[in-house]
Amino acid sequence: MTKVPGQKPLLEETGELSVFAARFFREAFRSPFEVQEFLHQCYLIGYKSLSLVGLTAFIMGLVLTMQLRPNLVYYGVESQLPAMVGIAIIREIGPVITALIFAGKIGSSIGAELGSMRVTEQIDAMEVSGTNPYKYLVVTRVLAATLMMPLLATIADAISLYGSYLGVNLYEVLSWKLFITQVFNYLDYEDVVPAFIKCFFFGFAVGIVGCYKGYYSSKGTEGVGRSANSAVVLASILIFVIDLLSVQVAELIW
Amino acid sequence: MEEKEPVIIIRDVHKAFGKNVVLDGFNLTVYRGENVAVLGKSGSGKSVLIKCIIGLLEPDSGYIEVLGQDVSRLSHVEMDQLRAKVGFLFQSNALYDSMTVRENLEFPLRRHWIDVTVEQQNAMVMEVLESVGLPHTVDMLPVELSGGMRKRIALARTLILKPEIILYDEPTTGLDPITGLEITHLIKSIQHARQASSILISHDLKLARIAADRIAMLIDGKCRQEGAYEALIAGADPQVLAFFA
Repeated sequence: MTKVPGQKPLLEETGELSVFAARFFREAFRSPFEVQEFLHQCYLIGYKSLSLVGLTAFIMGLVLTMQLRPNLVYYGVESQLPAMVGIAIIREIGPVITALIFAGKIGSSIGAELGSMRVTEQIDAMEVSGTNPYKYLVVTRVLAATLMMPLLATIADAISLYGSYLGVNLYEVLSWKLFITQVFNYLDYEDVVPAFIKCFFFGFAVGIVGCYKGYYSSKGTEGVGRSANSAVVLASILIFVIDLLSVQVAELIW
Repeated sequence: MEEKEPVIIIRDVHKAFGKNVVLDGFNLTVYRGENVAVLGKSGSGKSVLIKCIIGLLEPDSGYIEVLGQDVSRLSHVEMDQLRAKVGFLFQSNALYDSMTVRENLEFPLRRHWIDVTVEQQNAMVMEVLESVGLPHTVDMLPVELSGGMRKRIALARTLILKPEIILYDEPTTGLDPITGLEITHLIKSIQHARQASSILISHDLKLARIAADRIAMLIDGKCRQEGAYEALIAGADPQVLAFFA
């Protein structure tokens, strides 16, 4: 089989990523803490992603409602539309779609940024300046991604529900109060809590994969492009794997 | 007669990347206040050598002593303390793209000299920018600067901690001949003004002739010959002479 240049065997890559992630837990709880850089990353990763996440969430809620409605009308249960859409959005579609958008935007930007810092020796310069580059660059970004992802998913859920409400009102008149009451009547803690918790894992996966790919980038500008690209691909796969595992774990607990 | 004080001692250093042997028993001593140029072909291991000196790479074997400390035995904290005394000018300048010139210069200051006040920081930034002739660039981003200006700013960042030793990795590579000559004279003036010791990694003969007190030839992973520029070109080693041809 032809080996793609710069691509590592699966087991080697998994091992290196695990070691890289383990180092995060060692470094994250050891002083000095890069608070200023962490807050800056929260702003970049969280606030700057809000418009994109909000727009996609709104369209997602609207389209999902418009797609589901004909089938529900066919079976005469269109009154259940808010509840169905609500459960689908909050349990699965909101977190996963937000995580995929997050992987595309944040995973690639972290991979490209750290990759370009690696090939232009900025990471070495940081080390020479008496700064632990792992702590300054990786810990702050991974922590920010881990904490911002659940917030973004929560906001995305809310915007998505509003999109769905508008979708319902394209065909019939339904008050916001009634819509939201129908949504929450069918929602339970077991719908909301696991979905919220898995968002932390999604955020961590996106952050750590983006940092790992960028931090060990090589082979000049070509390597930077490859880092950004593979960060998105690997983070997206991990999101689905984590999603599958979280469903299994949630079923065991509840 | 006053005895010269060694600030960098490199003894029998070996470094290989897989089967590619880069340093194969390299030896060199640099004395206080001296500029030493290490000349060699591209890919001969010059950059690897100075990265071993500053602890960015670990040699496979051998001994490196910087300012009286064995680099291989230093803890992270001790290494950081040592690095505050050793400036490193990167070949690619390594300026932080997302930061202004001021922030680039303040970064090592904030890391190494925690007690310095904002006013002192500002004064030090402006002083070092004036020493490289670019005080007007203080609020600009690195992307707004020319190649020569970026090199000067990188040099300013190297100087801001007032290092005792400066390691220059290809300081004139990628610059036009006039800017390269300006940087060469700047390096020489820094040596006189600050009494700093330096290692200049390069394949630029003009830089070596003007700025270096002594030249070490890195050939086949070893220090093949060392001495003054005139002594080397007057020598008989064909591999060394081929470099000067």
